[in-house]
Amino acid sequence: MPLYHDEDQAMLAETASQFMAEEGAIPKQLRHWRDKGCKDGFGHELWKQMAELGFTGILVGEEDGGLGMGHVEAGIVLEEIGRNLTPSPFLTSSVLAATALSEASADLRARYLPGLISGDSVFAVAIDEGAKHRPERVACKAEKSGNGFKLSGKKDFVIHGASADMIVVAARTSGSDADADGITLFAVPRDAAGMSHDAVRLVDSSMATHTTFDNVDLDGDAVIGEVDGGRAVLNKLLMAGRVGAAAEGVGVARGAMDMTIDYLKQRKQFGRLIGEFQALQHRAAHLYSEVEIARAAVIKAQQLLDAGSERADLMASVAKAKVAKAAGLAVREGVQMHGGIGMTDEYDIGLYMKRDRALQEFLGDAYYHANRVAELSGY
Amino acid sequence: MSETPDLEAFRAETRAWLEANCPPEMRQPVRGDEDIFWGGRGATFKCDAQKAWFEACRDKGYTVPAWPKAYGGAGLNAAEAKILREEMNRINARPPLSSFGIWMLGPALLHFGTEGQKQRFLNEIARGEIRWCQGYSEPGSGSDLVSMQTFGEDKGDYWVVNGQKIWTSYADKADWIFCLVRTDKENKYQGITFMLFDMASQGVTTKPILLISGNSPFCETFFDDVSVPKSYGEDCPGYVGEINRGWDVAKYLLGHEREMISGAGGDDRSAAIGAAMKRHAGELDPMLRAELAMFDVDALAYTCMGEKFLDEIKVGKAHPAQPNMMKYAGTELNKRRHELMMSAGGSRSLEWDSEETGGGKPSRNWLRTKANSIEGGTSEVMLNVISKRILDLPGA
Repeated sequence: MPLYHDEDQAMLAETASQFMAEEGAIPKQLRHWRDKGCKDGFGHELWKQMAELGFTGILVGEEDGGLGMGHVEAGIVLEEIGRNLTPSPFLTSSVLAATALSEASADLRARYLPGLISGDSVFAVAIDEGAKHRPERVACKAEKSGNGFKLSGKKDFVIHGASADMIVVAARTSGSDADADGITLFAVPRDAAGMSHDAVRLVDSSMATHTTFDNVDLDGDAVIGEVDGGRAVLNKLLMAGRVGAAAEGVGVARGAMDMTIDYLKQRKQFGRLIGEFQALQHRAAHLYSEVEIARAAVIKAQQLLDAGSERADLMASVAKAKVAKAAGLAVREGVQMHGGIGMTDEYDIGLYMKRDRALQEFLGDAYYHANRVAELSGY
Repeated sequence: MSETPDLEAFRAETRAWLEANCPPEMRQPVRGDEDIFWGGRGATFKCDAQKAWFEACRDKGYTVPAWPKAYGGAGLNAAEAKILREEMNRINARPPLSSFGIWMLGPALLHFGTEGQKQRFLNEIARGEIRWCQGYSEPGSGSDLVSMQTFGEDKGDYWVVNGQKIWTSYADKADWIFCLVRTDKENKYQGITFMLFDMASQGVTTKPILLISGNSPFCETFFDDVSVPKSYGEDCPGYVGEINRGWDVAKYLLGHEREMISGAGGDDRSAAIGAAMKRHAGELDPMLRAELAMFDVDALAYTCMGEKFLDEIKVGKAHPAQPNMMKYAGTELNKRRHELMMSAGGSRSLEWDSEETGGGKPSRNWLRTKANSIEGGTSEVMLNVISKRILDLPGA
């Protein structure tokens, strides 16, 4: 498959680009909700609009009422989200939770997917325990109790946790913390007794929670996939989420880069446009190369994921790490080349820097994924 | 991935042909220059297998598979050529013939040449009969190539050429040269002619340049009253394109050279190096392992970019200046690769002529890579071109 968008994908990109530039624009969404101190950190109306365009169910199978598209298509939407810093529950709900639910029973799918597709529901995933992404260890426990389970433990960095109608939780049902097996995924509904959220606003104005489960009673029906066999589903949703976060990161990088290059063509100092200075030209050209290469890695990872290739896992980590490096460079160069105004809240370039930082941390940073590339390559 | 029935049949046919014609010795990695067959008047084969493999490919048109049959190629379309490449990679088949004629002059002639030039020169290249070298850079004209001074004085039906070229690859082994010669001193860009002439002509001398790697792949080439005919017969001029418009040809070719150096479409087996370094070094220092991992992220991502670039070129989606980006990123990556390989190899990789290192391969290759970001346009020139043509920055 060639590494560029086919005609249908190019049309989707056009639609997504127009929609996000208009409805998802920074003043209309990110700044608006931030300045209001919104507890969700995003607008439900936009989420409904995304549903009307079919975006919310983009990865959901047609038999479940979705569009049945792949990660290339989800990535197209995510890149535009990234470019406009549009706050929305798309990545957690339509990519991560939707991937988990694709492995769930017909009952669970019927219970949750219609709300996702209509834009009435928001989902979150609870994976991290501690400040760094270490999904190899799962200490959160779910013990058998009657026909169901009692869930206990604590999860961190649960994006949209307090807004979520359902949270996909990875918990240990057997073995010890570092075991690969013995994990089970649960769909925990919003009103589960014993679940409590400590909501925090993050640097990029998105909302996350430290979520505590205190003997939360769960039905046997809440299990996604097999009891003790959740690692495979967890890996699948991590892969999808990492490739999705990488696509959003490419959008952040491109948005920051475009804004910076525009600025180099407008700002005058010493009687010249600063874009005439070779010192800045070379840095801009280097940045362009890095962002292009990162974007190629992301499209490759998306295609491998859609094709069910064995190399998808490796390339997901390559893409996540490469994007972290390239987008990090884009926002740092962006603030520096904007000079003093780059430090002001009034200019948007700083918002890109904040979003990039949060996105880098989500589902593993460049160090985590470079290490993973080494491990998967045998060293 | 599904292939059309035609292509499936072509793949099966190609696989069978390679099976029957590629000797086992030619399915080993190229270990050094002596394993490469360059062709030319004075060419000798290293072994019978090399000869058999070359001749089989020559007769099938596979030395230049995508060139038209009339010019010694096999007339393969892009999809078929890709399949042939994949099938050759699959069995590690060596290229049957390497030459600047195939990589550089051929593409220029296919684009700018007359029918007579194509008939003669392309067939000679495809059949490995004439080995070409390239005369571009001069001692005072490196990155600023267009300032070159080698001059051809117009004598009616021939020129008399005087001057000096430098960094002429294998000039001491080449039969003919394609050479930029100034034919109008008043016109900087529109005063250069892209000439073709025999290196055996009177007045041509070459002197190999000893590099920091201890090898001499390049020469200084001197022209002292060399006569260059304006015509080699009917419809076969002694220059490519038009007189005084050789810069157009040179620019076109520089694009090709940048693609080639950037290693676009290079096989991804060489991309990730961490695992191989661990096998060599035993245990890796944790900080070196970390650097290798970061390198492998960049290298694997660059491999994707190479694939994307080739896909986009095929359908005309690539930005015309994108080869400059590929060249810049690819060569900088290769320099980093060899720095890491030297570090992983430790003191063993410092050995200059020991048998264990194949005569100092690690250190000589490491030093050779330093030229990657200089030859064919420096990294700094590439960044200038990206600034100007892709990012549209002012005054660049």
